[in-house]
Amino acid sequence: MKTFVYIDHFNGEVQPASWEALGLAKSFGSAIALVFGSNVDAVAKAAVEYGADEVLVADDASLTDYRAETYASTLASLAAAASPLNPNLILFPTTARTREMSAMSAVDLNTGVLTDVSALEVNSDSFIATRPIYEGKVLEKTVCSGKPVMATIRGRAFPKPNREEGKSGTITKVAAAGEAKSTVEGYSASESAVNLGDAGVIVSGGRGVSNNPSLTPPAGMDEKQAEVWRAQQGFALVTELAQLLGGAIGASRAAVDGGYITYSHQVGQTGKVVAPDLYIACGISGAIQHLVGMRNAKVIVAINKDADAPIFKQARYGVVGDLFQIVPALTEAMKKKLGK
Amino acid sequence: MKIIACIKQVPDSEAKVKAESGQVSWGDAPLVINPFDEYAVEGALQQKEASGGASSSLSTVTALCVGPESAREALKHALAMGADEAVLVSDAALENLDTVGAARVLAAAIQKIGGADMVVFGRQTLDNGAGLTPAQTARVLGWPMLGLAGQIKVEGGSVTVERVLDEGRQSMKANLPAVLSVVQSIGEPRYPSFMGIRKASKATIPVWSLDDLGIAAPTAIVTRTELMNPPAQELATEMITGETPAEIAEKLAEKILAEKVL
Ligand SMILES: Cc1cc2nc3c(=O)[nH]c(=O)nc-3n(C[C@H](O)[C@H](O)[C@H](O)COP(=O)(O)OP(=O)(O)OC[C@H]3O[C@@H](n4cnc5c(N)ncnc54)[C@H](O)[C@@H]3O)c2cc1C
Ligand SMILES: Nc1ncnc2c1ncn2[C@@H]1O[C@H](COP(=O)(O)O)[C@@H](O)[C@H]1O
Repeated sequence: MKTFVYIDHFNGEVQPASWEALGLAKSFGSAIALVFGSNVDAVAKAAVEYGADEVLVADDASLTDYRAETYASTLASLAAAASPLNPNLILFPTTARTREMSAMSAVDLNTGVLTDVSALEVNSDSFIATRPIYEGKVLEKTVCSGKPVMATIRGRAFPKPNREEGKSGTITKVAAAGEAKSTVEGYSASESAVNLGDAGVIVSGGRGVSNNPSLTPPAGMDEKQAEVWRAQQGFALVTELAQLLGGAIGASRAAVDGGYITYSHQVGQTGKVVAPDLYIACGISGAIQHLVGMRNAKVIVAINKDADAPIFKQARYGVVGDLFQIVPALTEAMKKKLGK
Repeated sequence: MKIIACIKQVPDSEAKVKAESGQVSWGDAPLVINPFDEYAVEGALQQKEASGGASSSLSTVTALCVGPESAREALKHALAMGADEAVLVSDAALENLDTVGAARVLAAAIQKIGGADMVVFGRQTLDNGAGLTPAQTARVLGWPMLGLAGQIKVEGGSVTVERVLDEGRQSMKANLPAVLSVVQSIGEPRYPSFMGIRKASKATIPVWSLDDLGIAAPTAIVTRTELMNPPAQELATEMITGETPAEIAEKLAEKILAEKVL
């Protein structure tokens, strides 16, 4: 059995679920990692260290900026039935980029993509994928009759293989294909990178983070500015706890709409679906659209002033109280216990 | 500017969806326009306004849906928001459509409408949740794909979007015609106006069959073999109480550490 594993990266920064995909591929047989971009030697080397049997590298100026068209064409040319490599399966981590490029190559290869897969079984020659539908309210098993089968795997659903530093392996150069139909004009890194998908711990803030009447905003602010200012004080507490626990910062939509924090932090139906080991919800009521984004977390802790907030029904541990008091106290207590 | 917004109809997100004797059931919950596609309609209307004003007949927004007869209601919602026209593609042979199939049908319908300068999609459907159809439609049409746009700007014959990615915002440009998908940052979908609702209730929505499109039913490549309810979580919420925040925090910290999730 031969599997391709697409290693997704942004400017050389690899999406960790790529390694999880590599581990899964190895469990089926041989795993060939694919690395696209320019100056990606370090990524190719890492793929070897994570256990790839071979790495195919398309290192080309036309692939410097990710564009769905060229990435999809390059992939399709390597995976086509006429190609000597001819894989049975192509695995991807689930990211914005891989959804696009797998989608397009599936059209080229006349096959299909199983997205956001949390389990994958092999049954003689077919792959049966388990994936969430209806926002995870229901699960389905699906199969793909085309070849190769393409599947994007959900982050943190499969074990990450160990890295063997310094391991050497076969790295083969391959050609880029296709023509880009767009240009990348610029990139603003002003928003810090948010990687909620593979965070083990997420501390999230909701509308409640702006609710501390005892804070006096600087003079001259109108009501809206004062609210955002208060929310920033609240998010500072959330951030401190998240950093202590080595986690990421999440938010409800009310916090995003309120201008307290950027959209890339939003958890829920129109934001990200996450499944960390620990999710701490601070000042979030627990609307269904938020719950569908986080209810698969292993342990959920809710901190909310309102004892009737629906979030408590989903939580393993609940505290009825003011987040402005509880969150800093929790940070202190954790600091002591973790010896930091 | 000729703009098409692709929309689907799905059960409301508040619906209690479950697997029941091999079928998905949502009780008597209403069917609504896919929430992500409301942003698509909003994005399309914004571009119409930017290009020639709300009343300009030079710019039109057409809402397009592949679905059952009942999906008319979702199209009416788009009309009530301000779309000028709506088209439903409905055919008994389209029951088990996968995303590649949907893309082929949408592409054929877009051609029959007479093409467009811009086709706007939502990010993903709430029911299938694949997020594949926009890029697949772009591939079938051979048009550029600008995905996950939080902002759209048309200038001359080209369009620039601000793509909202985990790593930050990326500005991407392509020539028209182009396929776009939009995210929430595009702006809150407008509420249907009273006039809009009246107009939508009177509108006749053409229904096209596969024969009208001149294509055969695409064969499904991706098929469902089983439907399951997620394993029930047996969850007992433990409320942590104490005299002071410090005491509560101390207890909670112990509980969290005992879970061994750090
Ligand atoms: C189509 C659609 C899509 C949506 N998508 C999303 C999505 O992706 N993600 C999402 O989150 N929402 C989404 N929503 C919105 C969702 O319905 C809720 O409106 C939103 O989640 C509410 O956010 P919140 O819990 O922060 O605010 P609220 O519901 O206002 O809750 C604030 C909570 O903070 C508590 N609080 C206040 N002050 C304090 C304090 N000092 N200490 C402790 N607790 C305090 C209050 O008791 C309250 O429970 C969507 C809605 C729709 C219609
Ligand atoms: N049957 C359909 N009719 C019209 N548009 C659709 C249909 N299915 C999907 N779409 C569009 O494609 C987007 C992504 O769908 P999906 O790939 O199913 O997640 C949706 O947000 C819609 O904009």
